[in-house]
Amino acid sequence: MQELVVISGKGGTGKTTLLAAFASLAHNKVLCDADVDAADLHLILDPKIRQRHDFQSGHTAEINPEACTRCGLCRELCRFDAIGENFQVDPISCEGCGVCYYFCPENAIAFPLNTCGEWYVSDTRFGPMAHARLGIAEENSGKLVTLIRQQGKERAQRDGLDLLLTDGPPGVGCPVIASLGGATAVLIVAEPSVSGLHDMERVAQLAAGFNIPAMVCINKFDINPEQGKAIEAYAEKKNIAVMGRIPFDPMFTKAMVMGKTLFEYNGRSEGSDAVRSIWEKVAQRLDDMERKNSQ
Amino acid sequence: MKIAISSRGKDLDSPIDPRFGRAPYLIIVDTDSLEFEAVDNGANMNAFKGAGIQAAAAVSKKGAKALLTGHCGPKAFQALEAAQIKVANDVSGTVRDAVAAYNEGNVSFSDNPNTDAHW
Amino acid sequence: MIISVASGKGGTGKTTIATNLACSYEGSVQFLDCDVEEPNAHLFIRPDIHDVETIRTPVPEVDMEKCTLCGKCSEICQFNAIAVLGETVLPFPELCHSCGGCMAVCPEKAITETGRELGIIERGSRKGMAFIHGKLRIGEAMAPPLIRKVRENIRPDVLTIIDAPPGTSCPVIASMKGADFVLLVTEPTPFGLYDLKLALGAVKLLGIPCGLVINRSDIGDDHVRAYAEAEKVPVLMEITFARKIAEAYSRGEMPVETDDHWKAMFRELYSRIAAIVQTPIEKTG
Ligand code: SF4
Ligand code: SF4
Repeated sequence: MQELVVISGKGGTGKTTLLAAFASLAHNKVLCDADVDAADLHLILDPKIRQRHDFQSGHTAEINPEACTRCGLCRELCRFDAIGENFQVDPISCEGCGVCYYFCPENAIAFPLNTCGEWYVSDTRFGPMAHARLGIAEENSGKLVTLIRQQGKERAQRDGLDLLLTDGPPGVGCPVIASLGGATAVLIVAEPSVSGLHDMERVAQLAAGFNIPAMVCINKFDINPEQGKAIEAYAEKKNIAVMGRIPFDPMFTKAMVMGKTLFEYNGRSEGSDAVRSIWEKVAQRLDDMERKNSQ
Repeated sequence: MKIAISSRGKDLDSPIDPRFGRAPYLIIVDTDSLEFEAVDNGANMNAFKGAGIQAAAAVSKKGAKALLTGHCGPKAFQALEAAQIKVANDVSGTVRDAVAAYNEGNVSFSDNPNTDAHW
Repeated sequence: MIISVASGKGGTGKTTIATNLACSYEGSVQFLDCDVEEPNAHLFIRPDIHDVETIRTPVPEVDMEKCTLCGKCSEICQFNAIAVLGETVLPFPELCHSCGGCMAVCPEKAITETGRELGIIERGSRKGMAFIHGKLRIGEAMAPPLIRKVRENIRPDVLTIIDAPPGTSCPVIASMKGADFVLLVTEPTPFGLYDLKLALGAVKLLGIPCGLVINRSDIGDDHVRAYAEAEKVPVLMEITFARKIAEAYSRGEMPVETDDHWKAMFRELYSRIAAIVQTPIEKTG
């Protein structure tokens, strides 16, 4: 089974819209929304939820005021300033390290498991999908990303599907790292701007650090062709395969507003032709990798 | 000598689980007497980070000198190395097969982890 | 006053709003880019960087001469970041959250702390505006401690504009907490609306007053406006989509620098925010 993770150094480059468009082109795949912080794929794919599970991770301290003698040891030990003068734990600041819980001489502190979100396995009109919703102000989205990808893989194995199409998180932190380990390839969606090149460099370094072959395509290329070319030049230098250019096309937003993929909305625009050609090249590369691998 | 094998079940006829940190059981076997003990690794199975490290610590505590598994990530490998436990990370079949292979000298120990960091 | 500029997802124009807001302000202002995974504001503000500081977080180091292999350190650690392995105790610095638990619990005082590099903080200025940003080390997974370090630079006497990371998870909270006002930037599309709902949830959790900027207000539909009205979140500014702006952004230019109309718009935005916060700060410049 192969996994293509679509990432971008930052959000808003059109990554999710592009992934949804790929979903209507690719065969035999499971979709995975690993951008759990801003999970938007479901807005287009309209999943029918088949399985729903709590996502539990980490602990948060809770002080029982009845048992607490206000000795102050916990406040002294806590490095996250999570315990106020009133001896209440601020759950937002609590890191879940358990130090207060361990040391409290009165055993006045409980340390229950957190429920910090939900994850789902669903069916969509383009195949099965694994996705999640992370609670507000919850951390550990990296863990949730790992879980979603695992669920996606298991579903693919069960159904005999051979591709996992993953909408990766933005940035270069924990969630992105979690979305890359063990992936077959990444497709970076870059934006032609001063920051676009910078973002793309950082995320490309990360992929290189994981030894994952990277490809790049440039969205809204015509907004700044010069920057677009600079990104392509950087990519070539770093051995990142350039898959193509997508012009700025209002169809993308129009399709999204209707809750449709680009191809469902209008398969014949300039943008959709570009996306189709990019997908063909990406699919070809994945095939080549598969063949090389099995040799 | 005692060795550890990552397993899906609790006895010698269970299939090897290729994952080390997230295998449901770790079987600790005495290679001479075939006496064994199944260590429940379930808590680790659901840990998201550092599962391999905990599993390595468990194996080390039981006094095993070698681990036979399918895949072993870099952190677990580092941990096992520190505990001076040898790792063979391409073993498959049942736990019994693995012990037999080990006794015949048919497993090769590795100097490197064979999967990427599992975050 | 501290204004944190945030959005439920990236690419809504958050950095554009934050940088233009800061540059149009007439008094003393400092700009903090807390989007440490993808700091971009410097590309627009183009500050002269005066100093660079490497930021580390404490992680344990074990003195095996003193250690008796009792295992208490690994027992207390919630993050599997330290383990007793045979004759040795091995810390895994990348997993460590720097809570100090292992050091506090060790009966032999065998644990001391060294540092793991989180990233760097760069400080600079541009035309009297102080500029500070953090850059997370590639491969480093924990952004919040670096964000907290960036925030330690806040001076209470001047206007502080914070460019927060996108999303609603802990790095965002670390960037919004303690602000006097959160300015949410969104787009009037289904994605924009969904992400706005999440972001607003985070702001409400922190109990900070907030307002909305609708960017590219002429694309998409009316649901964002209706939602803002229902939630009583004031829409403080709307910017229509102009290819010219997108192109200027792509070149790293700030419209307030060349366009008086934009400058006036952003001053107006600031005074609306100040009116809401109701503590107009003194102009020093
Ligand atoms: S400082 Fe805290 S997180 Fe780090 S190793 Fe020690 S107990 Fe674990
Ligand atoms: S708590 Fe101290 S003495 Fe005990 S194992 Fe850890 S480092 Fe060694």
